Amino acid sequence: MDLIVNGIIQAFSLIVSLDPEVVEVTLLSLKISGAATLASTVIGVGAGTAVALLRFPGKRFVISVINTGMGLPPVVVGLFVTLFIWRSGPLGGLGLLYTPAAMVLAQIVIAAPIITGVTLAAMQKLPARLRLQILALGATRRQLVWLLMKEARLPLLTAVMAGFGGVISEIGASMMVGGNIKGYTRVLTTATVMETGKGNFELAIALGVILLILAFTVNYILTAVQQRKQK
Amino acid sequence: MSGPIMEITDLQVIRNNMPALSVAGLSFSEGRVYSLIGPNGAGKSTLLLSLMGLVRPDRGRVRYRGADIPGGASAHRYRRNLAMVFQEPLLFTGSVFDNVASGLKLRGVKREETRTVAGQAMELLGISHLSKRRAGALSGGEAQRVSIARALAVDPEILLMDEPFSSLDAPSREALIADLEHIIRERGITTVFATHDRGEAMRLADEIIVMNGGAVVQTGSPNEISLYPASEFVASFMGTETILTGRVTGSGGGLLVLSVNGTVIEAAGDAGQGSIVTFCVHPESILFSHDRPGTSARNSFNGRVTKVVPAGLYRKVYVDCGITLMGYVTARSMEDLGIREGGEITASFKATAVHIIKTIPA
Repeated sequence: MDLIVNGIIQAFSLIVSLDPEVVEVTLLSLKISGAATLASTVIGVGAGTAVALLRFPGKRFVISVINTGMGLPPVVVGLFVTLFIWRSGPLGGLGLLYTPAAMVLAQIVIAAPIITGVTLAAMQKLPARLRLQILALGATRRQLVWLLMKEARLPLLTAVMAGFGGVISEIGASMMVGGNIKGYTRVLTTATVMETGKGNFELAIALGVILLILAFTVNYILTAVQQRKQK
Repeated sequence: MSGPIMEITDLQVIRNNMPALSVAGLSFSEGRVYSLIGPNGAGKSTLLLSLMGLVRPDRGRVRYRGADIPGGASAHRYRRNLAMVFQEPLLFTGSVFDNVASGLKLRGVKREETRTVAGQAMELLGISHLSKRRAGALSGGEAQRVSIARALAVDPEILLMDEPFSSLDAPSREALIADLEHIIRERGITTVFATHDRGEAMRLADEIIVMNGGAVVQTGSPNEISLYPASEFVASFMGTETILTGRVTGSGGGLLVLSVNGTVIEAAGDAGQGSIVTFCVHPESILFSHDRPGTSARNSFNGRVTKVVPAGLYRKVYVDCGITLMGYVTARSMEDLGIREGGEITASFKATAVHIIKTIPA
């Protein structure tokens, strides 16, 4: 019990004292997961909307693939991204392995299907006749898509939250493609695993608490935006 | 006189390998009000969506002011001449004003003009006081008023409405129909509205288009459709329940003598002896009394009241006199005549009140 209490006390002490190493790891976590979420939002919202609105052969199969992608195990993603960016892999020439860019790439592979899937469900949940009503108002195709996205904006924010939640907390892929290099690719999750392995439970708990606070803060902000829009 | 504002030629829409809509020809004149009536699945909504260019026909043409309506990326230019109101209000998240102004915003109308025009549309529909209210907080009647104001704000040449009153309670529906009737008549908007309520159609329409099974089965003025139905389906749908089949036992001088299960009925018409005739008698043409009426009614039968069914302001009275006749009676007449189930009554109608639907020659 003392271990946990001490860990929490140390976490607040590290936060309050703005410990340089913790700040660096936290900022890198935010940067990598933020960039991955941003890119996944562009890809996922676009793809989810397109799949929801377009009619094409094999649509049901595509939706099944997206839904499967929502539950991709991060280690499997890490393995495949590693194979792709390995020196002899298809993207080996880019020299991405053990870089923050590789971590962003892996996290996009994790978050994009989540955001695509939630967007798709959100778009399909809109009343079927709403699309006809918007077109009957004289909307162009672009205006139609924009208005539908506006109508689905609350679940779309949920999609972004789910995507961010998925990548800020993952470890397998980041460890495999980033390598947990101090000052370069070390993020909160990889640092927590490493400190636990070394027996530094207080520091590991501190990093875990910071991760929780970070995830909570980002989700709180998005929830506030979501609920304000609902009013 | 200018041509029709809208025309349909040989239109066919296939769904699940079955024709959902199959219309040989229809034309709509500017400034007139048309009602599409028919049961669920008759093809009314598909026809409206075809007119709006929201359903791609498998065959045939829809023309607006003489030109085929465009598809693809330029379809919105055509649609901007029309407006459509659906059964559900389908309002956007936001305020009432946002909703009413949405069509104007899509057209890129300047902010100041949008404010003025949307304000006028809200005033027309009596919803100015709701301008800032959230669309999600409106009652059904208010929401449908917003939906109609949104449609009228874009000043459409043609207004299409798909059962716009069906989800409203009676007082809201009555008030909205009265307001809408005033607006479309005053503005002279060509209107096509679908309904399964013949009362709404009779009240609002200049012309009624009766549909069944994806096809147009009769068009005409409300009186023509009501008094001279082209088929048993139309007669029944328009509220005529006295639909009978008999054999011609005598004819001459424009008068037929028909035998229906031994009951003799005289009807205005022409058919050969022995022909089988299907005919109907409109409920408003059947008069009830306790004695043979002192009128020119050629058909008068004593019978027993088998059933009395309230129907709005009237009662439907069913009389068994060898054949079953159904007529309307007001509550006051019910009292005056002492009509009650099981009681005796005389039912009369003129020979000219008999409308012959179909004749199969002998």
